[in-house]
This record gives sequence, C-alpha cells and structure tokens, in this order.
Amino acid sequence: MEKSLSINGKSYTVKVQEEMPLLWAIRDVVGLTGTKFGCGVSQCGACSVLVDGLLTKSCVIPVSFAFGKEIFTIEGTSANLEFLRKAWNDGNVPQCGYCQSGQLIAATSLLDSIKKPTDEDIKTAMSGNICRCGTYTRIRKAIHKAVALKNESR
Amino acid sequence: MSKIQQINRRDFVKLFGLASSGIVLGCNISSDKKGFIPQTEGAFIPNLFVQIQKDGKIILLASRSEMGQGIRTSLASAIADELEADWNYITVKQAVGDAKYGNQNTDGSRSVRTLLLPMRKMGATVKAMLLSAAAKKWEVATTVCKAENHYVINTNNNDKVFFGDLVDEASKIPVPAEETIQLKKVEDFKYIGKTLKSVDLKDFIHGTATYGIDIRIPNMKFAAIARCPVTFGTVKKFTKNKAVKVTGVAGVFELPRLIPPTGKFFGMLGGIAVVADNTWAAFQGKKALDIEWNYGDNYSFDTEKFKEKLTKRIAKKGKLVPGGSGNVNTAFKNSKNIVEATYHVPFLLHAPMEVPNATAWFQGDSIEVWAPVQDPQTARAEIAHFFDVKLENVIVNVTFLGGGFGRKSKSDFVIEAVAISKKINAPVQVVWTREDDVQHSFYHATSAQYLKGSIDENGKVTGWLQRVGFPSIVSSFKPLSDYASGFELGMGFTNTPYKITNFRLESVKAEANLRIGWMRSVVNIQSGFGNNCFIDELAFSAQKDPVEMHLDLIGKDQISKGKSKHPYNSKRMKDVLKNTARKAGWGKKMPENHGLGVAIHYSFYSYVATIVEVSVKNERLKIENIWTTIDCGLALNKDNIINQLEGAAIFGMSIALYGKISVKEGAVAQHNFYDYRMTRMKDIPNIHVDIIDKMHEAPTGVGEPGVPVMAPAICNAIFNATGKRVRSLPISDLGLV
Ligand code: FES
Ligand code: FES
Repeated sequence: MEKSLSINGKSYTVKVQEEMPLLWAIRDVVGLTGTKFGCGVSQCGACSVLVDGLLTKSCVIPVSFAFGKEIFTIEGTSANLEFLRKAWNDGNVPQCGYCQSGQLIAATSLLDSIKKPTDEDIKTAMSGNICRCGTYTRIRKAIHKAVALKNESR
Repeated sequence: MSKIQQINRRDFVKLFGLASSGIVLGCNISSDKKGFIPQTEGAFIPNLFVQIQKDGKIILLASRSEMGQGIRTSLASAIADELEADWNYITVKQAVGDAKYGNQNTDGSRSVRTLLLPMRKMGATVKAMLLSAAAKKWEVATTVCKAENHYVINTNNNDKVFFGDLVDEASKIPVPAEETIQLKKVEDFKYIGKTLKSVDLKDFIHGTATYGIDIRIPNMKFAAIARCPVTFGTVKKFTKNKAVKVTGVAGVFELPRLIPPTGKFFGMLGGIAVVADNTWAAFQGKKALDIEWNYGDNYSFDTEKFKEKLTKRIAKKGKLVPGGSGNVNTAFKNSKNIVEATYHVPFLLHAPMEVPNATAWFQGDSIEVWAPVQDPQTARAEIAHFFDVKLENVIVNVTFLGGGFGRKSKSDFVIEAVAISKKINAPVQVVWTREDDVQHSFYHATSAQYLKGSIDENGKVTGWLQRVGFPSIVSSFKPLSDYASGFELGMGFTNTPYKITNFRLESVKAEANLRIGWMRSVVNIQSGFGNNCFIDELAFSAQKDPVEMHLDLIGKDQISKGKSKHPYNSKRMKDVLKNTARKAGWGKKMPENHGLGVAIHYSFYSYVATIVEVSVKNERLKIENIWTTIDCGLALNKDNIINQLEGAAIFGMSIALYGKISVKEGAVAQHNFYDYRMTRMKDIPNIHVDIIDKMHEAPTGVGEPGVPVMAPAICNAIFNATGKRVRSLPISDLGLV
C-alpha cells in the first residue's frame, strides 16, 4: 500500500505494511539510517524519534501510527536540537556514538517541554536511553550547558 | 621501525582514491606481539599511511577500528603534532583489513601503546620534506626554515608558505633517513597530551556516521538467523510454511554450522536463515519458524549447578601455578589470624549498543564485506578459509563500531553474512536481534575463587593462597581446554602489585559449555574482584585501614627487572592510590548509611585506584561518588582518557549491579535489556577522574584498566556502610538494586 510519511518536513512516498514498526520504515524503506536499532522492545531508546512532537520509541510503534503526522529524526534540525548539538560538541560527549541519535532526540524532547530541567528531570527523561559506553555524566552536563547556551543567545 | 617511503602513484590511488594528489608516505612498523590467534603476515609492505594534498588537507589512514575509544583521533593527533599541522586540516580514513597494515586487531588496549612512535615519526618525516622544499624555494638553508600551524616560515625574513603549496616540490625530495628525523621535545607538544575533540564528533551528533548496520547496497537483502538455544545444537527438522508467508520474506534455508580448524578462527553456529526485503520482515519470518533441535551435549548445562561444582573444586587442592613464593602452609600454621573467603562472578555479556551485523557480497571468486569488526584481518583470513577464495580477493571494509568491548573481534557474524550471500547470490545484511546477542554470544567466563590469608600480630599479611576456576577463552579455539591458560592468569593473578612472602596460586578445572570470549578488561574482572575484596577482608580482620593495607602489600619503591618496555613500578601504583584517597577524603567521617570502598588494579600496564562512596537506605543501594585515578604513562588525549574512565566506571557498575547470564537446560535465560540490565541515567553517581600524567613515560592502556576496580570498590563500600559482605555478583541478586 502506498502511503506518505512526513519526516523532518519532507514527504516520502513509501510502500509498507501498516504494522511494520516505524523504525524499520524509516531505516529500511525510506533509507534514513541515523535512527538506530538497539533492542526492538522499547528498552534502550536508540530508536527515539518525535512524532508530532512526542518522544516515541519507533521500534514498537507501527508505521501506520505516523501516517499524517510529522516525524522528527536526528537528520532534522530544531532550535533546541542545535543548542544540544553545540553542547554535545563542547562537552565531547560521544564515545562510539551509536546511542547518541536517540540521546539527542530524547534531550530535545526534554527541552521542548521543560525550559530548565533539573538533574531530577534529566534522570526521569533520559533513563529510557541506554549508553553502553557510559557517557551519562557528560550527557547530563551537556543538557545543562545547552540550556545555558540558549539563554546566552537571547 | 622500518624505513618510511613514498608510495607510487598506482598504489596511492588504490589507498586514497582517484582524486588523490600530493605526497603519500608509507612506513612499515614491526607488528606488535600477537595473541595466540595466528595472523597472516605480509612481506615488507608499508602499513601506515599519511597523505598531504595540494589544498593542505592531510589524510591519515587509520589501521585500527573505532569503537568509541577515540583511536582515530589519537593516532591523527600524533602525526599532526610532529608535522606542525593545523588540526582543522586533518581527516581520517579507515583502512580495510589487510596484513599490510600490520596487526590491526583492536584489543588489549594497545593501539596507542604500539603506534604512537611510528605515527610521530611519520609526521616528522613529512615536516622535514616540507622544510627542505621551502628551503629550496627560498634558496636558504633548511635550518632557517621552521614549520608552524600549516605554514613553513623563513625565520630570516618571516616569509611564509602554506603546506599545500609546497606539496609538488616536496614530493620530489627524497624521503630522509630515519636517523636524521628529529622528534619534538615533550615540552613542545601541541596536541599530544592535550585535549582534542574526536575527529568524528560531527558525524556522531548528526546521525551521519556509518555503522555496520547502516550499510546500504543496491538490491541488497536482509537476513535473520534462528540459532539453537543450546550451544552447538543442530537442526533436527524445520517447517518454513508460516515463515515464507510473511510479507517480504524471500527465502528460508538451513545454514550448517561451520566449525573452525583447531587453534584459529571462530566459525559460525549455523541454524535457519530467513532472507527478506527488510530487517523487520526477516525478524518476523524468523519468529514464524517451526524448528526441532538436536540439543546435543550442552543441554545438561546449568549455571547454578556449575557454580556448586566450581565451589567444590576450589575447596580442594588444585593445579599449582608456577611463580609462587615461600610456603603458605607454614605461614598459616604460625598465624592465629586466618581469613577465608569464596568469591563468584557470573557469565557476563558485552552487549554493545549496535548488535552484531555484517553485510556481504559473494561474487564467485571474490567477496566483499562491510562490517563493524575489531579484527578485520582475522575476518578476512577466515572468509578466505571457509569459502575457498584467495585472500587477496577478499575485501573487508571496516565501518564504525557501535561499541565493541571484545564482542566484535569475533567474526562469526561476518561468516554468516558471507554464507547467506553465497547461497542467494546477492548482497545481504545479517542483523542479530538483541535476543540473539544476549543468547548466542562469546561470554565472559564465570569464575569461582577461594582465598585464604594469614595475618601476624602486627597486622602484616604473611600468607596468601588463591584457588581459581573459570572456563578458558582457549576453549573457543581448542575444545577440551579445561584450565585457565597462562595468558589469562597473567591478567591479575600472577602479576598482582602485592609482595607477599608466602604466596601460592592454584588453578582448578573448569570446562566450557558456552562459547567463551574476551570482554573489556577480560580476566582482570575476576582477579580484580577477588584480590580487592579479600584485601578488604584482611584489613578488617587485622583492624587496619584498607588503604594502609594496600600500601603495605604493595611494599617499598621498586621497579621490576626484565626486558619489558613497561616495567612495573610500585611507586606509581602507590601514587594513584594516595591521590585517589586524597581526592575522596578517605578517612573523613561519613554520613549515616554511607560507606567508602577502595580497590586498585594494575592491567594493560596502567595503574588505577578507585574509591566508591555508596549509601544504603531502606535496603536500597545508591552509588553516590566515584573517584578514579589512572597513571597510563604519557596521556595522549586527556579528555578522551577521562571519557574512557568515566565509561569504564559505568561499565563496571553494570557488571557489579546487574551483570549475570544464567543458563538452564543449556539455554541462556536472559533475553534483552529488561532482564540483562544496564546502568542507566537514574543510577549514575558523580564521577571524578584524575590522570597522573607521565609525559616522559611510554603510553599504556586506557580503554580497559578502569573496569576491574569497580565491582570490588562498590562491594567494599557496601561493607563499610552496612557490615555486609557481597562475595557473589551481581548485587541485584541481593535485592539491593
Ligand atoms: S530499539 Fe527501540 S527502544 Fe531499543
Ligand atoms: S556512545 Fe556508545 S553507546 Fe553511547
């Protein structure tokens, strides 16, 4: 069945089965590989995307759920994501980098909803994302830094 | 190091691509010591390459795999420093797997240790050539010229010329002899020993780094494999009716196990392969399979029973490991203070965030693969062996690795991809599910240890008996290797920092019923755990401060004799401990329910000491603070080292808190991150890392040495807070997390 998916403001016509998880539609059908597979069961957050602004583990959501909605992935750009990128860069956050797409998307969602998150907020928002390399303390610091950069830019 | 040479046009086009121009230098470094896996050796062919282009761009071919340890950046920084290059002009290209690059096996925390000097010499050689070219241009003596930030400067009149503009002239200059090359003084380093951002950072934060799983080739298929739940079990019969009906499934067939020849390679487990148009269809097809298995001999394996068996064995005398001293029995007889304890660590799993996967294209007499491999040469040799093609017709492209931790030095998943591609005559990507990864890995071996020590009336340790049993990594290469090998015992059992007059190490039998492999810091995990927990028990029994006890046992300042490039130096061990103790405020009064625990370990020639602060309230454990100090000799890229140590602390926490693979009726009982748990953001403490910088010492390991201290320091801290000993990991078994 041909359907249209809107990803980062761009429309893609895809032939997929409705029940295919959004993750695989993005990676294997559309061909955007920045969104990662880590567990397939909503446990690691590597596949995090925003669907109509809502943080979503794309490995467990059928693609049909996203028809007619706006999908935001690591290939996209937004003000908050750019501040986070800058902070990630300044803090030299990534090691292998594999989890970082998901981490950045989850952090974007956090900043979209809370202007100045506390450590506690970060803990709640980011505990669904595993980093096997263990960059958590840097991620935490970088989120605070992104907020600071944002405030400076005003 | 052998001579540095210019590479001819044909060869460098092969290396760097058609658009290449400028100077390409290659040099051959002597390959470092191999593990026991034989590797194909090339004749003299340069194995390190640097290219400088007309636009000033400098490209380095990285021979080691990038898996988060920052090696591409570290190697590049050494060249750039000696070359006086501007860091912004540096790019790194990944080398394919080929013996001509020397040993490429990225393990043992040794890449920097072995490659730093050759890299520096490469940089210095290019610089010398650029200086000569400029001198010629200006008709002055070379000594008048100096290089600075991508320019050569005429010190007589301050004229300057851009590196890129000198390339044509410089490429005509003969490569200077190694003896004439002058390296910079340590004090003058610009990049080495400082902090440099990863050369791949931009790609990592934009989702544009290509990992193995991101490889896309026109008309490629995707495949999943159902493997027998019991190690080495085989297919009895299977029905594919349901699987082939899954939309997108293109084929279902049996893959027989490939058994490696004794002593090398990894082979593959075999099973039923499902080939499909996309990853999800392959996973769905796999779920729809009906398979009856012949479980084979490993069906009876049960980790609970095995733990009992090992515990019984270590209670009795084992095989003596050479290298002991004195007589422990006399020491025990003469002491009124005897301490005994038994420690257990379960089977553990690497679980890199990127699951094992590989893309292969079998094209008759040639094969190309793209894969996240730590050891591309073994993968290449193994492909040539199993598929009967000439080595030179096998190309192994190394992608980024989404974590490795030792898992990706085994090439089984690459062999699977080639076998399927051969069968379907098309490019294919094999992707493991996380469940596949959890249940069919090469596990870190479970272990049991018995320790007995004696203390005299002054609180001095007079005797130390240690009996250990764990399945050997060698069993993955030589079946029936039932005792720990020497190289394994050399990781923290026979090379401890402790000087004890009466010391005896024994090893007991431990057969392997799973595939055993190495995982980040390897045997140091169990040796670090046993040694440090036991010293804490000895200190308690002797009513001595644990830090004092460690310092006592390390003994007086001493540098080990022998030919090692990195002789053990007891003072460096004590210094990291003293520094950590100072930073942690060791000895201060702790809040109620809080405790401090200490551990030290010497591995991969690096010295590490860690102190952990925990709190235990209402039966809930929280790790509050971690202080770690490392002495890894010359600290090449400071912030990267700190990042590695922070990561090692988290990795070690996962081992201590949650790490446990258990087996029932031969099958692994865990499935995914919900039952093989990981440290998460909610668990993390503050982590304070200190580097004791030894700019004049050779660099030593960084990626692994931070791991072994973590579990014992945490357990010792729990004892300090609660008076309860944790002797068997993981801590989650006690319900504290
Ligand atoms: S892959 Fe979706 S949460 Fe892990
Ligand atoms: S950076 Fe490697 S998993 Fe997070």
